[in-house]
Amino acid sequence: MTATPIIQAKGLELTFQTNDGPVHALKDIDLDIEAGEFVSFIGPSGCGKTTFLRCIAALETPTGGALSVKGMSAEAARQKRSYGYVFQAAGLYPWRTIAANVRLPLEIMGYSRAEQVKRVEDVLSLVDLEGFGKKFPWQLSGGMQQRASIARALAFDADILLMDEPFGALDEIVRDKLNEELLKLWERTGKTIGFVTHSIPEAVYLSTKIVVMSPRPGRIYEVIDSPLPRGARPLDIRDSEAFLQVAHRVREGLRAGHAYED
Amino acid sequence: MKSIAPVLSVLAAILVIWYGATVLLNSKWTYDQAARAGESVSISHLLTDTMSQKRPVLPAPHQVAQGLWDGLFGQRFTSKRSLVFHAWITLSATMVGFALGTGLGILLAVGITHSRAMDLSVMPWAIASQTVPILAIAPMVIVVLASLGVTGLLPKALIAAYLNFFPVLVGMVKGLRAPDAMQLDLLKTYNASRSGTLWKLRLPSSMPYLFASLKVGVAASLVGTIVAELPAGATQGLGARLLSGSYYGQTVQIWAALFTAAGLAAILVIAVGVIERVVLRRMGMA
Repeated sequence: MTATPIIQAKGLELTFQTNDGPVHALKDIDLDIEAGEFVSFIGPSGCGKTTFLRCIAALETPTGGALSVKGMSAEAARQKRSYGYVFQAAGLYPWRTIAANVRLPLEIMGYSRAEQVKRVEDVLSLVDLEGFGKKFPWQLSGGMQQRASIARALAFDADILLMDEPFGALDEIVRDKLNEELLKLWERTGKTIGFVTHSIPEAVYLSTKIVVMSPRPGRIYEVIDSPLPRGARPLDIRDSEAFLQVAHRVREGLRAGHAYED
Repeated sequence: MKSIAPVLSVLAAILVIWYGATVLLNSKWTYDQAARAGESVSISHLLTDTMSQKRPVLPAPHQVAQGLWDGLFGQRFTSKRSLVFHAWITLSATMVGFALGTGLGILLAVGITHSRAMDLSVMPWAIASQTVPILAIAPMVIVVLASLGVTGLLPKALIAAYLNFFPVLVGMVKGLRAPDAMQLDLLKTYNASRSGTLWKLRLPSSMPYLFASLKVGVAASLVGTIVAELPAGATQGLGARLLSGSYYGQTVQIWAALFTAAGLAAILVIAVGVIERVVLRRMGMA
């Protein structure tokens, strides 16, 4: 290991104080993510996968341990706009066209007019939405809306892309297609991607590294390095022996981590 | 048009009740007059007389309609007897007050959503302001301002704004807080400033709330203006028309002015509704 990890967590802890006493959302999280990796976080609800992603994004503040993003604190990284974040819902503004939605971060960050136009055009073609810039969100399908929201996260070209169950609300056929496209996009842009999911095939298909998490308290049970080839993978790789083996390991990990209880 | 039948039957019912009440309320005068002349009153005389008195307790619908027509179209619009003239005086003050109140309401709402201190300190006063009867406040404001040399449109507009700012304030506070946590988180990931969040997210999200408030507010502005025209001997405006009507027992004039005010309110609320439809459709929110 030569370069320092782009995201590094050491003994990270987050405890929420509630009326029913403290809730340990995250406990003893140790994780290194190298630049250019595609890391999936998988586990049952309440395992802290989304919370961990939000800590990286500085949308939550850890109560213990250390977390660095691009060599800075997570908060400093957020202020330097180091990452794009994709939420489970597309969350496009209904009063803005698709192009204007993608332009939103650029307007806030003060890019020049010409730069805005160019970047919007570039990222829209990156997510296969050329020609849809003038449409309004309600004129697009759910899958296209989510692609637009990915374009919005890519528009300012941050090195890190954080995705919180971005395809969770879509049907499986659309999800397959978007997974394939996401891999191609990742290969082309070389970004570091953190991806929260609760689908085992999705995690195995996409990732170079799969982080299996378990609940109460939320912690990392196992980190699996995928033996599958890097870069664009055909969808039917999911029928290969290697894929099934990884999927099996993930499932075993989830079971051992008590993910299937209650 | 299936809805036309129920609308017409309700209208007909109102007219029947109104005519009945006209006969009932005005009959005393007819009987008194007859008794003084030593005559007896026949049914047909009772009916025709109660509906055609010069100063009836309750004018009959056709008398009000006649007075309304005469006031609106029987005069030059610039004449002091024209209801169009008085309606214009009232409308202009209403619109200025509406603009002032809306601006004030939006500004206060922005302050309240951005400052906890303002949230705690301004809101109770805003609520308290609306518990004070406008009838008590209006004459004081008019008289005080008149003694300072401020007369005419502005004092009336201030009373209108006083009634209008509150619904706008309440609606906009709700509207500016409408964006959900995810929307706010998204802007946080862009490290957006508070003003960026306000302009890009909070204000656009609040539009449906704003228009709902404006519909209430525009009617309240009109009421405020008319109330402000009542005291201190104003001679122009629908309120002044109402007052002079009651001074001289001109009930037909009162009712004609009332109907003009009601019609004006309807037009204003409908106008806000039309603007709402256009704006929200353009914003993809309708």
